[in-house]
Amino acid sequence: MTNQVELLVKGSRRALARTLTLIENQHPQAQATLAQLYPHTGKAWILGVTGAPGTGKSSLVNALTKALREQEKTVAIIAVDPTSPFSGGAILGDRIRMQDLSGDKGVFIRSMATRGSLGGVATATRDMVRVLDAAGFDYVIVETVGAGQSEVDIVRTAYTTLVIEAPGLGDDVQAIKAGILEIADILVVNKADRNGADQTVRSLRAMLELGHPASWEQFVSHHGRLMETPTMPSTPSDVTLWIPPVLKTSAIQNEGITELVIQIEKHRQHLTESGTVAQLEARYIEIELYERLQQALMRQVTSQLSESLIQTIINQIRTREIDPQTAVNQLLVQLN
Amino acid sequence: MAIRAARVLIAKPGLDGHDRGAKIIARALRDAGMEVIYTGLRQTPQMIAEAALQEDVDVVGLSILSGAHMTLVPRIREAMNEAELDDVPIIVGGIIPDDDKAALSEMGVVGVFGPGTSTEMIRDFINKLIAQKDGDD
Ligand SMILES: Nc1nc2c(ncn2[C@@H]2O[C@H](COP(=O)(O)OP(=O)(O)OP(=O)(O)O)[C@@H](O)[C@H]2O)c(=O)[nH]1
Ligand SMILES: [Mg+2]
Repeated sequence: MTNQVELLVKGSRRALARTLTLIENQHPQAQATLAQLYPHTGKAWILGVTGAPGTGKSSLVNALTKALREQEKTVAIIAVDPTSPFSGGAILGDRIRMQDLSGDKGVFIRSMATRGSLGGVATATRDMVRVLDAAGFDYVIVETVGAGQSEVDIVRTAYTTLVIEAPGLGDDVQAIKAGILEIADILVVNKADRNGADQTVRSLRAMLELGHPASWEQFVSHHGRLMETPTMPSTPSDVTLWIPPVLKTSAIQNEGITELVIQIEKHRQHLTESGTVAQLEARYIEIELYERLQQALMRQVTSQLSESLIQTIINQIRTREIDPQTAVNQLLVQLN
Repeated sequence: MAIRAARVLIAKPGLDGHDRGAKIIARALRDAGMEVIYTGLRQTPQMIAEAALQEDVDVVGLSILSGAHMTLVPRIREAMNEAELDDVPIIVGGIIPDDDKAALSEMGVVGVFGPGTSTEMIRDFINKLIAQKDGDD
């Protein structure tokens, strides 16, 4: 083990922070570090927290973490914010809402920008969650703004996903469009101290009934890409269903948080007792394997292709000498 | 392939409630391609040290307009050193009289920026600090 990994496993927060940087930066040592840490992972319960901007995700993570700390659970938080596509920089401001947690050695907060590299932020987040898992935290919470596919991908690391709404945030149908509702294990209407919370709860319940909340089916369609794999069971009959509860909270008034913790625990029990957690993990690993394989193969292939050859082929396709798929087939034959 | 982004903590210690300057700097540094962790108002030295540690930042930037820099800065430096962040440099922005600048630099502040400083200057300064750091590694 490298010194840093050893220190991390023993509880050094500096070593932990530095390892997170190493992973995030895809430093040459990142791969070896993750390999050393991997045997120490698999113990944390991973929570995803997503929802539209400003719904109170960070405030809720703050309140939730306080409640978990009262049960003497340790909590690590990764708060993801978007990188500016113009400058490549980012302002990471989620800590502002998590001040109550400062000074607590049972909590570790890390802000992360999406950066938008190839392979994407989902891979980086997954690896950073593993680092925090190896460091021994009971819970790892990942907060991301639920705006698009990449955020949905991030949440796919989680065992329990909370989708946060707020009253009067406009068209609730938006949430469905973005595919956000489908990933929810628990729906939270935060800012319940404001008018309209009950209305939001009602419309979310109605939507859940419309979209039928059979979690198994959701999962299969959600990971549609993998549906063709033969190992994927096609009937949900042997799986007990989890109906996502719709909860009301006020993060700033600390209301509804106890119930939220109870529901998270229930969902966890549901997954562990039905054995679904093992299936879920297997599925996540399967997705990850294909992703990594795809990336590795792509790297291998592109490293063998010269820029001039690619230019020649592009020209041939453009001038209709050859069609794109035939060109690819020929390339593959050449490479083998 | 490694991807490196500059990580900067912008913190507002002390009791004054003006964070306009801090926010302007935060945005300028973001526009210069940096990742800026912004922690809000009224940060204690311990909070600053803790955020700097968890976020593994390259630089800590303090915005101090209250005039209390001579008491705040040494406490923050001390809290950071206690957290084994001796190697993380501090820069200070605010209204700092010339007489205090030398004293601050003795406390380990590597850069002081007054009200007239352009954001480009601060950006270049931070970039140079980080280039030095990466050179040392
Ligand atoms: N009234 C009320 N306001 C809240 C509540 N929770 C959060 N807020 C406020 O809503 C605003 C946004 O809160 P955040 O916690 O930063 O929300 P967020 O979803 O993390 O925001 P982004 O990360 O920027 O997407 C802040 O002004 C909070 O004080 C709540 O329960 N009730
Ligand atoms: Mg937030």
